[in-house]
Amino acid sequence: MKRYSAFAVAREALRYHMGWERAWASPEPKKKYDVIIVGAGGHGLATAYYLGKNFGITNVAILEKGWLGGGNTGRNTTIIRSNYLQDPSAAIYEKSRSLYETLSQDLNYNVMYSPRGVIMLAQTEHEVRGYKRTAHANALQGVSTEFISPQRVKEIVPIINLDGPRYPVLGGLWQARAGTARHDAVAWGFARACSAMGMDIIQKCEVTGVSRDGGKVTGVTTNRGDIACDKLGIVVAGNSGHLADMAGFRLPIESVSLQALVSEPIKPCMDCVVMANTVHGYMSQSDKGEMVIGGGTDGFNSYTQRGSFHHIEETVRALVETFPMVARLKMLRQWGGIVDITGDRSPILSKTPVDGVFINSGWGTGGFKATPGSGWGFAELIAKGHSPLCDEFSLTRFKEGRFIDESVAAGVAH
Amino acid sequence: MLILDCPCCGVRGEETEFHSGGEAHLKRFGPGSSDDDFHGYLFEKVNPKGVHFERWRHVNGCGKWFHAARCTMTLEVFGTYSAQTLEPPQEIKDKITAKRPGWSWREFS
Repeated sequence: MKRYSAFAVAREALRYHMGWERAWASPEPKKKYDVIIVGAGGHGLATAYYLGKNFGITNVAILEKGWLGGGNTGRNTTIIRSNYLQDPSAAIYEKSRSLYETLSQDLNYNVMYSPRGVIMLAQTEHEVRGYKRTAHANALQGVSTEFISPQRVKEIVPIINLDGPRYPVLGGLWQARAGTARHDAVAWGFARACSAMGMDIIQKCEVTGVSRDGGKVTGVTTNRGDIACDKLGIVVAGNSGHLADMAGFRLPIESVSLQALVSEPIKPCMDCVVMANTVHGYMSQSDKGEMVIGGGTDGFNSYTQRGSFHHIEETVRALVETFPMVARLKMLRQWGGIVDITGDRSPILSKTPVDGVFINSGWGTGGFKATPGSGWGFAELIAKGHSPLCDEFSLTRFKEGRFIDESVAAGVAH
Repeated sequence: MLILDCPCCGVRGEETEFHSGGEAHLKRFGPGSSDDDFHGYLFEKVNPKGVHFERWRHVNGCGKWFHAARCTMTLEVFGTYSAQTLEPPQEIKDKITAKRPGWSWREFS
């Protein structure tokens, strides 16, 4: 892998940019790998990257039925934050946020991490109490957040309307080191680094079955032939239930459609992320100037990758209340992704009833922010059999009643 | 957009008129059952990619519960039927078989 640098840009400028190489290879699948990861989205690629980087396991294949980063990795609203209430959540999300800080340098790929700050608006007395409690919990967890006044909210976000028609802004939970990153670049950067370590990223390779022998995984069948493996990591978001079915176990997961939309590009008007959970809407401005808007989940199981229209209406209504200036913006695009939602709205990073099969799923509406942290923990789980970041998120927690109940994560806002 | 016919009052409406009540034909396990059965009943939903049976309530209408047979990949509704039954009626199963040959859902097919 040739390193990207200012020198490389200058060198290529002098030879008509003919020397850039492909960011990752597209090899044919081998007969056998030590570890197969199903799903070349952010989480799957991050898992493979940290398997190689932290544990020296590089005989790894990452199988993807579509194209790399084409699922929820390319469909989210790119927000990164770690202001969670429960200790296990704060641990994994803060690990992830801190990895984002230096991810561009680690990967030698600009993921455009922008710690522009995230405000979660408190618009009811209940939310004020809830966010103050979260700020106190975060202080104990070592996550830097603070509860700020409405005046401070207005200073940070001048376009906001503090006295909305339904709910006034009573304060906000402010995480200054939270922000956004370029979602595609995260997947591409991990893919390039994995390929450089000798891992095989195999696109357009759909897994159609999981082979087992006496309760232990032996490989997968795909539309490009059978591939053997010692360990199998399933990292397929909305399709987790489907893959688990093939491997012969059930997950406490339901798949629903979550949608987002972006406006036409406008001049810079908001340099942070604002989430308004009571009225159900959140927004940030991309580097291109588009307002990136997150919508709500449909209230029923779906694999359609499109959402219901009335959710767009609700989301836009909420944002017009909160930011009156967006009322005349035209919307450019709308899309949906299939998110995997668990009963307690927390992810599952776990061993499974099938020996050698590991599952990383249930990120629901908020997986992008966790990409590097999830990969870090899940790689440790696959390599060593347990991981301090993942142990609390095991599949058995439902049976044992150890829920990691994230009420903050239960709503639309991620 | 999901369009459902309420079998109780006969009204056709789009999804904002209804509320999904999750998986249909659940076998309930309560006190005295094994941990595995109770865990399965509470958490292990089928989440199929394709044919699905669900409970729905006509909240902004007659207020009654009913069942719907639906495809989760296309939002196509195969039919709706009374909630007062333990399994989908043969007529609904035949309709699904005509459109999705070889389908299965829990113990039904």
